[in-house]
Amino acid sequence: MSDSRATLHAVLAGLGQAVPSHLPWPRHVLDRASWRQLIDALGHRRWPLLGLWADGSTVHAALEDHSAAAFAVASLDTEDGTYPSLAAARPAALRLERAVRDLAGLNAVGTPDDRPWLDHGQWRLAAPLAADARPATPRPATDYRFLPVEGEGLHQVPVGPVHAGIIEPGHFRFHANGETIVRLEARLGYTHKGTEALMRGKPPAEAVRLAGRISGDSTVAHALAFSRAVEAAAGIEAPARAHWVRATMAEWERIANHLGDIGGICNDAAFPYLQAQCTVLREKVLQACAKAFGHRLMMDAVVPGGVAVDLAPEQAAAFAGLAADLLPPFEALCRVYETKGSLLDRTVATGITPRAEIERFWPPGPIGRAAGAGRDARLAPGYPPYDELNFAAPRLTAGDVDARVRLRMEEVRHSVRLIQRMLVAMPDGPTRAEVPPVAGEGLALVEAFRGEILGWARLAPDGTVARYHARDASWLQWPLLETAVYDNIVADFPLCNKSFNCSYSGHDL
Amino acid sequence: MLKQITRALLSRPVTIDGPAAGDAALKELAGKVDALAQKRLGRSLAIRAIDAGSCNGCELEIHALNNPIYDLERFGIRFVASPRHADVLLVTGPVSLNMQEALLRTIAATPAPRFVVAAGDCACTGGLFAGSYACAGALESIVPVDLRIAGCPPTPLQLLEGLLALLAASAGKMPARP
Repeated sequence: MSDSRATLHAVLAGLGQAVPSHLPWPRHVLDRASWRQLIDALGHRRWPLLGLWADGSTVHAALEDHSAAAFAVASLDTEDGTYPSLAAARPAALRLERAVRDLAGLNAVGTPDDRPWLDHGQWRLAAPLAADARPATPRPATDYRFLPVEGEGLHQVPVGPVHAGIIEPGHFRFHANGETIVRLEARLGYTHKGTEALMRGKPPAEAVRLAGRISGDSTVAHALAFSRAVEAAAGIEAPARAHWVRATMAEWERIANHLGDIGGICNDAAFPYLQAQCTVLREKVLQACAKAFGHRLMMDAVVPGGVAVDLAPEQAAAFAGLAADLLPPFEALCRVYETKGSLLDRTVATGITPRAEIERFWPPGPIGRAAGAGRDARLAPGYPPYDELNFAAPRLTAGDVDARVRLRMEEVRHSVRLIQRMLVAMPDGPTRAEVPPVAGEGLALVEAFRGEILGWARLAPDGTVARYHARDASWLQWPLLETAVYDNIVADFPLCNKSFNCSYSGHDL
Repeated sequence: MLKQITRALLSRPVTIDGPAAGDAALKELAGKVDALAQKRLGRSLAIRAIDAGSCNGCELEIHALNNPIYDLERFGIRFVASPRHADVLLVTGPVSLNMQEALLRTIAATPAPRFVVAAGDCACTGGLFAGSYACAGALESIVPVDLRIAGCPPTPLQLLEGLLALLAASAGKMPARP
């Protein structure tokens, strides 16, 4: 235990028994004393926290050991409904623990923040995911203590949940000194729909429709995370061709969203020309996807066991044509961005994610990779077919709005090239396997356009979903937005926010 | 940049022809728009979009209405930032209970005559989230709804058909029903 070079697997093996039915990475059952030992171990190790969720009275924490490219889950059966908080060792746990309390009624002891998070006092049930969920006692939604700010000449700017644009609802509380932001605190949870509770008891083929609506812009990635978690739990592998069709969908989804984001950021920097052009390219992608898979956003196309729609040869040819046609106009737009001083003046050195905070939260996706951190789940742990495609994830270091734009531009190029290679290398064969009705537990890590999604499924003996938890990348990115806007002007917030483009629905569940 | 502008000037517009006003939508609107509303609203509509707990799929397609291909503004329909400027409230999502109060206040802040449009299956019926402990469900269970645009999410063309029907109705141009 005292050996600081011990890997995550070695440390967890020393703390508790591994559960045999948990795939593909181990899950260790800890007791309260060894959970505390784990917290101590986290204090002098860099293992990022990937997720924290509850299943009944058990709390699970997913951890990563980047030096060994290892992943594992630590679990504690709370017995009395409490568990020692991880938040002091891993700040990313803070909001996850608040969500666990709101949803499952389990309390983190020693948490520095005991305010509710997703529960605004409006739900019909209290602790809806707990075994003994009871009718809730309503309380006013405004009954929420924002963090205090003290100082002369400060003023508050409350924004939301209804915003000026066509965007999702969330509340932002700014404290500003003149124009300069001295604190931003977000309050989220407005789009909480009880998705995880609705998934319980449903056969995976039905529950995947809800998974595909956790965050509509990442419908392919969320359906994929769910499907891979269910496949791991059931101990099956999707047919080879299904992996390639899924990845083709996932890369088009990434391209479409990045095009929307690049345009949106430029629009928020008062340069609507690039947005207009990006939306035209995005529309071409969506129309091609609608032709190939029957839905513009490709909802309900990925299912447990494979895909619902195979890629027809003529649609594959259409995709190849689109991939070739997309890059020349896109490169022209990138050149406009790179040569417009008025635009770069807004994006360069704006909204820098502080290095210290990056190492506290390890934000996934473009937010992390634009700041020199951030793993790409397609490469590590990796999953088919990406393990057969030799590629590298682009990475930048500046961590400002400009880096987040350029990183997305580079990812669009990468994804187009990946699609071109996949269309050539795609094997023939079946595209859907039967998911047997068996019990099991499965964990999946899938790279959405926004970053890594963690999906964890527990199947009941009849094969229905006993519990599914999805941790969207947004959970680990929202807290960084609050620190990235510090010392920026209030007017640059939309620009910073768009450059993060965190999901509200994906976070609120 | 100059090269880009020159190319744009010399090439044909990417904008597609608008669809006809949706038949089903016109039928639903028949009799709902009174003479006063017709007089006040005319051939222009200002829309305020409200996300009442959607998965953001509907928002993506509503956004697409503004792209150069669908180009909503050529019809005299535009999105506005404040409910005080709006004629139409375009509501998405299964009305999450956490958003219900904000939704009702936004509707109350919109001057009459106003239309409330439920966009997407969630707002129309509660969709996959009907019966959740955290959702009110169909929009019409909490406010009267003038028009429903189904779809998960509705495509930009479906949204456009519905909004054009609303425009036709507000301008007093309801075609005679067969």
